[in-house]
Amino acid sequence: MAPAQQDTAVHTGRIARTFIYVVLLVFALFYLLPFFVMLVNSLKPLSEITDGNMMALPRAWTLEPWRQAWSSAQIGVQPTGLKPYFVNSLLMVVPAVAITTVLGALNGYVLTKWTFPGHRIIFGLLLFTCFIPFQIVLIPMATVLGKLGLAGSIPGLILVHCVYGIGFSTLYYRNYYAAFPTELVRAAMIDGAGFFRIFFRIMLPVSGPITVVSVIWLFTNIWNDFLFGASFGGQSQPMTVALNNLVQSSTGVKEYNVHFAGAILAALPTLVVYIVAGRYFVRGLMAGSVKG
Amino acid sequence: MAQAAREPDFRTRLQEWIPKLVLSPSVAAMVVFVYGFIAFTVYLSFSDSRMLPSYDLVGFGNYAKLWGLSAWWTAIVNLGIFASLYIVTCTAIGLVLAIFLDQKIRGEGMLRPIYLYPMALSFIVTGTAWKWIMDPGIGIENSMHLWGWTSFEFDWIKDRNMAIYTVVIAAVWQTSGFVMAMFLAGLRGIDNEILKAAQIDGASSWSLYRRIVIPLLRPAFLSAFVILAHLAVKSYDLIVALTGGGPGRATELPATFMYSYTFTRNSMGIGAASAVIMLMTIAAIMTPYLYAELKEKT
Repeated sequence: MAPAQQDTAVHTGRIARTFIYVVLLVFALFYLLPFFVMLVNSLKPLSEITDGNMMALPRAWTLEPWRQAWSSAQIGVQPTGLKPYFVNSLLMVVPAVAITTVLGALNGYVLTKWTFPGHRIIFGLLLFTCFIPFQIVLIPMATVLGKLGLAGSIPGLILVHCVYGIGFSTLYYRNYYAAFPTELVRAAMIDGAGFFRIFFRIMLPVSGPITVVSVIWLFTNIWNDFLFGASFGGQSQPMTVALNNLVQSSTGVKEYNVHFAGAILAALPTLVVYIVAGRYFVRGLMAGSVKG
Repeated sequence: MAQAAREPDFRTRLQEWIPKLVLSPSVAAMVVFVYGFIAFTVYLSFSDSRMLPSYDLVGFGNYAKLWGLSAWWTAIVNLGIFASLYIVTCTAIGLVLAIFLDQKIRGEGMLRPIYLYPMALSFIVTGTAWKWIMDPGIGIENSMHLWGWTSFEFDWIKDRNMAIYTVVIAAVWQTSGFVMAMFLAGLRGIDNEILKAAQIDGASSWSLYRRIVIPLLRPAFLSAFVILAHLAVKSYDLIVALTGGGPGRATELPATFMYSYTFTRNSMGIGAASAVIMLMTIAAIMTPYLYAELKEKT
């Protein structure tokens, strides 16, 4: 997104401008409503939700739903709260993002600066993997993870997320490096610099912006994944699967306040990443991959 | 001397191999885990697999059975309704918000993140929030009643004929801000001189946008369509969290159909066939787009 405001040539009258502001604000309310509902109701005792108004602020503020969601709510059959699953998600997402980003950067570097016949086909095939419906790989993946002894484990989930994340990281780095002057790389080669030396000394120092994009994208996708976690999580289910189990559990009273606190807990890491670095993400994404 | 002459030779050859060596793990992973697995699933879709993969071929039997199942037809019809409404609504909202935000709006820096943050959330979180907001017992309907509008009714999520529209609402909430960002980037990329020239020629704002700006946004429209269409076909988590496919089968989509037939109903052959159809649908949308993108860029 261009940081500078563009001088739009359209002149708008007073009534039109008021209308524009009203529409923009109504949509802002529409986008904020679910978060408001989640936050407000996670701070209420359950009786205020079942007998009261969902849109109202709490009368008796309480952090009890948060404590329950974190450490004592019934997930499946165990009253563990979401804490162990939050840890599972972290243990899964950090290595997966690191591995995928490093491989993507190297792939992007090879596919732009060390090209060979057929590099375009390889990139095309990699790119297509970003968009496949994962249903097409579920059955063989279950079989293979079982054979490798990785079914239901964190390393298994890391493997799955790396395999299906490489397409995206390669896409980002490839498009970014394609814009980097190849003459500089040629000059370094003539000076006798090798593959890795050029990568670490020339490419890596300029890779900050696209690394932000790649890391945010992969972190969000992998943290938010549900299909793979539900299919291959086994004993190491990630946060999304645990949250769904908490909300869909059919036994006992529906503790809406605990559900909302759990939902915010599940959303927190990606929201924090988005709030801290979202601006760079959108800017980098628009510059790198979407032509407008 | 002789050594000095031979060493660069070896190094040059090594240098030629390093890039390919670096690329090879990714390529190997892709060949096995993506294209190999696709081939495997295609094979299973022609086999009599039930609870476990089986290698006895039955020709097009699974496909014939699949298209004879009313549950599959429900999923396909639902996908048609969901995808078309989702794509059209997201595009319309995204375009309007982008054009409005582009009018030198005070507070743009505040509004943009508010429109965009839903995209950072998991569909499970979105589904949970909207599930209870649209629940007639505790959600909006209840709130309206408490505020005095006692005839207000909003129980779509419990209504077989309307439940699919609640999925559209939640999905549009999640992605329309992202579409807005794509259009906004497109708008900011348009050369101002064109707009000024048109205005000097006496074009009104309306015709300026209709005749000049929107046609110039064609690439953004195309990207938005491709991204939304493939997201629609892949929709799974949102259904699981929001409606669980219900009430009854009213919100089943191909993705949920595939999962239940493969893993809970012991009809892996039929499940594989449905996955192949999902893949072909997405390939039909993506391949021409990716082909054009790659050709243009290199």
